[in-house]
Amino acid sequence: MKEQCSIEVHNLTTTYGNTPVLWDVDFELPSGQIIGIIGPNGSGKTTLLKTIMGLLSPASGYVKIFDKNIDQMRERIAYVPQRESVDWDFPASVFDVVKMGRYRSNNLFRRSTKTDLAIVEESIEKVGLSDFRNRQISQLSGGQQQRVFIARALAQKADIYLMDEPFVGVDAATENAILSLLQEMKKDGKTVLMIHHDLQTVSDYFDYLVLLNTRLIAKGTPQEVLTEENLSNAYGGQLTLLAKVANLIKENEFPIRERDVDL
Amino acid sequence: MVGDAISHAVLPGIVVAYFFSGDKTSGLLLFGATLTGVIASAIIDFLSRKAKIQGDASIGITYTLLFALGMIMIASGGGNNVDLDMNCVLYGDIATINLDKVIVDGNLYIGPYAFYVELVAFFIILIVLLVGFKGFKLISFNEDFAKSLGINTGIWHYLMMGLVALTTVVGFEVVGAVLVVGFLIIPPATAQLIVNQLKNMLIVAVAFGVGAVIIGFYVASWFNVSYTGGMILVAGINFFIVLFLSNFSKKLKLKA
Repeated sequence: MKEQCSIEVHNLTTTYGNTPVLWDVDFELPSGQIIGIIGPNGSGKTTLLKTIMGLLSPASGYVKIFDKNIDQMRERIAYVPQRESVDWDFPASVFDVVKMGRYRSNNLFRRSTKTDLAIVEESIEKVGLSDFRNRQISQLSGGQQQRVFIARALAQKADIYLMDEPFVGVDAATENAILSLLQEMKKDGKTVLMIHHDLQTVSDYFDYLVLLNTRLIAKGTPQEVLTEENLSNAYGGQLTLLAKVANLIKENEFPIRERDVDL
Repeated sequence: MVGDAISHAVLPGIVVAYFFSGDKTSGLLLFGATLTGVIASAIIDFLSRKAKIQGDASIGITYTLLFALGMIMIASGGGNNVDLDMNCVLYGDIATINLDKVIVDGNLYIGPYAFYVELVAFFIILIVLLVGFKGFKLISFNEDFAKSLGINTGIWHYLMMGLVALTTVVGFEVVGAVLVVGFLIIPPATAQLIVNQLKNMLIVAVAFGVGAVIIGFYVASWFNVSYTGGMILVAGINFFIVLFLSNFSKKLKLKA
């Protein structure tokens, strides 16, 4: 039986000190789709991912993964943190880092099995880093480092993938490579939930959107979410820019003729 | 610099354990001091995570406070039969290390006491590292990811802090609370410049550390100066030489 709802977030409030970062956020996400989380800086996007993963505990509300508690579902959910969150001078090779995707709390004291190593090789190949498998991670470009992180998540063989801004500091070639990888994952029935910052590309990349600014502003298909009203509710003051974005989206969806538009 | 903090914070633990055992060579002393080191890292953790104090401020507050506590305990006698003095605590007593002899069979001298303490500590650390290598590697590279796998990072963190505390406690008896930090930091920092695998970094760091101790010892006896000072000086100079050479070879590679 196929599960309809991948992640359920119920009345979730997360605070940092006394300041709420997420306030009463409530949604259910479909499974087997590529889902984007958008919102201005400081709107709680990363906090939302961390709360879903159980890295932060909510002040109130709960999160369910396939209708179960996260701790029962760890095997089925993979997390890709922000690339800047780790020290890339750490003495490890691409292979070492991707191998961490096979680590579990119950196999830390055992050697990696042959199956594990085969999965690691396969994941490295999927992100196109086979030629770099023994390369020290500090000697990779930003895009390559991001692909190492994605390979590590692939090695987890999960059903849901949470990614924190995988397109930041990444060249166009890598962005395209990651995108086609995501499409492949979607074909295999995987769910991807990703924080994204570039409003120009959201309607191309995502099947479903969550628009956030501490509170949940809107959720649904890109067409439903990307209205001028929703965007100005989320982004506030930057109205002129947003009007342009909204127009741009409309034009892209109902093109009269091909043209280049500069924001 | 959690190592720095722990090395200073173990002082009250040593005094208290010393007070109860009345014996400088007691296992209780080691245990008490190690425990205090772990408690210090727990306080630091609490201040920075729960009370949201900046990381370096949390460390500064914790270790100066505990160190001051230890100083006062020593000064006030902490029991009149205590012959623990600040000089020995701060600078170590490697020159007089031979006074604590291990003698078996009445007259067979098999080396200084401190040597055996360090040997036991070495094997404890080696075994814990070998068994827990994957866990230590994972949490030191990416703790959030480890948590996302459902791994209890708290246990690993305190296990590592326990090892740091143990190393500091057995080390500081010999080289003092100030310079033990140099032994904790300089050899691995030097190793990191030239290795690309964690396993190799551990081996190379140990080699650099032992090398600095041996060369530093002979340099210091030649000039008749502090042994510990000589060792750390050699380690530090070695660091800068390796730093210079590794930058130089990187530039050569870029040109080629």
